[in-house]
Amino acid sequence: MGKFFTSVHLKEDLCKGCINCIKRCPTQAIRVRNGKAVITKEFCIDCGECIRICPHHAKEATYDSPEVMKQFEYTIALPAPSLYGQFNHLDDINIILTALKKMGFDDVFEVSGAAELVSEISRKYVEEHKEQWPIISTACPTVVRLIQVRFPNLIEHLLPISAPVDLAASLARQKAMEKTGLPSEKIGIIFISPCPAKVTAVKSPIGIEKSDIDAVLAMKEVYPLLLPLMMQSIDDVEELKTSGRIGISWGGTGGEAGGLLSDSYLAADGIENVIRVLEDLEDCKLDQLEFIELNACAGGCVGGVLTVENPYAAKVKLKRLRKYLPVACSHLDDKELKEAYWTGEVQYEPVFNLGKSMKESISKMSRVEELCERFPGLDCGSCGAPTCKALAEDIVRGVAKEQDCIHILRDYIHKLSDELSKIDIKK
Amino acid sequence: MMNDKIKLCYDVPADDFTRAGEASSNVKSKLKMMGVNPEIIRKVAIAMYEGEINMVIHAFGGTIDVVITPDEIEMVLKDDGPGIENIELAMQAGYSTAPDNIRSLGFGAGMGLPNMKKYTDELNIDSTVGVGTTVTMKVKMNER
Repeated sequence: MGKFFTSVHLKEDLCKGCINCIKRCPTQAIRVRNGKAVITKEFCIDCGECIRICPHHAKEATYDSPEVMKQFEYTIALPAPSLYGQFNHLDDINIILTALKKMGFDDVFEVSGAAELVSEISRKYVEEHKEQWPIISTACPTVVRLIQVRFPNLIEHLLPISAPVDLAASLARQKAMEKTGLPSEKIGIIFISPCPAKVTAVKSPIGIEKSDIDAVLAMKEVYPLLLPLMMQSIDDVEELKTSGRIGISWGGTGGEAGGLLSDSYLAADGIENVIRVLEDLEDCKLDQLEFIELNACAGGCVGGVLTVENPYAAKVKLKRLRKYLPVACSHLDDKELKEAYWTGEVQYEPVFNLGKSMKESISKMSRVEELCERFPGLDCGSCGAPTCKALAEDIVRGVAKEQDCIHILRDYIHKLSDELSKIDIKK
Repeated sequence: MMNDKIKLCYDVPADDFTRAGEASSNVKSKLKMMGVNPEIIRKVAIAMYEGEINMVIHAFGGTIDVVITPDEIEMVLKDDGPGIENIELAMQAGYSTAPDNIRSLGFGAGMGLPNMKKYTDELNIDSTVGVGTTVTMKVKMNER
């Protein structure tokens, strides 16, 4: 898989070439060219904002079909805790887990169970690494990707611990191999995801070499399959759950930070807010904090673009579900869990660089400034770029031209017709 | 035509805390696109932000001129404010003349000028009481 795999992609036949997505994209990764949106893969962080905003449903996420289960002899479902917030009147998580088995999975392994282990490991890590404070959470792959391309100074603050879903996948695989004696390739670890970024995190992981997840299903596709099976499950519920309050809380913003049992944290969500926090972090304005939890989606994972329920309603449901649960059900019990730590270094990817050398960059940047002076500054998007400045950068990068600006083009045509009429008079 | 330097000019409005930091954040994003060493960007951003905040708190706003060349980044912060009475004292960490209402906002910790010195390679303050202050800061591109 290439370095710049992205899950979000365009359905060209549905795209009308409007400017909704180019305006919404937080990294300005989209342009409209020849009447269709084009995503620059290097700039895309898979936040899913364009999927949310597109009125023509022309943007979609790549994920697997439930059919993928047939490829494996033994399958394990990894439900994200946000899944539990999708259903009305649910008071027992075991009903969902039982229904997943009825759907055809041989076993389930709760991501929230692994989340409790991650919380325990993180608690220790944060305490022992004061020099790295404030430590930034790495559970949201969109945030990690954003930092990798735009906030090089913050890479050293990243929490080098696997996201709960990755740890869940490793543990589920070990468990299945022990239980069934099957070789690894016959076991399918299948994640039920609230967001497209998790698909990307599986196909081109950051921090770990290879993900143990074999396939990713969209929560919104599993939802209608689960509903009738949940009704059937009510009378013969299996006791399957392995998580308590801490694990379930990971589904919404503040859950991860709360699991650290410290007050010295900040938890932000929504990609624009995340960017503001990262900017302040970079300027050392938040140095007094121990931990920073960041989620690209409003509300946290419950706000993922592949979920069904309103994120805030889902959060209330999670709160209700966890009310009478123990604080945590999964514990390390002195186990080391080496698989929970990142094995690779995160490298800065300067994808937004204008030039190869400082000299070239200075020259190009001053040309951008010149062009911006000439453009009307309306940020109308008619040229296909989200702002006049973005068009100027495109021109300097050699992928657009000045007359893509309709205002410049109009002036040019006026001038041309003036010239032509002068020729007429002379005759 | 090859340009070997970029000049950027910013107005810093007085008493507007919501806009304080706009100029430094703008310079920061430009330096990032130019592929400047992240450590240098950090120094410029912090030093310039401190200067900007100072102009908002103490000096009824002013202007900032930034010149970027392959060798260095120069920031000139100019204001027509009250001037600094005792520069030596102002340079001491923890010394502040900020009024209580500003301190209650979390500013005025007396780290402005010391931070500007710490994060730049050259700092020059030219101030006349009752006339104004010009702060010139330089960060070298190749020094860490």
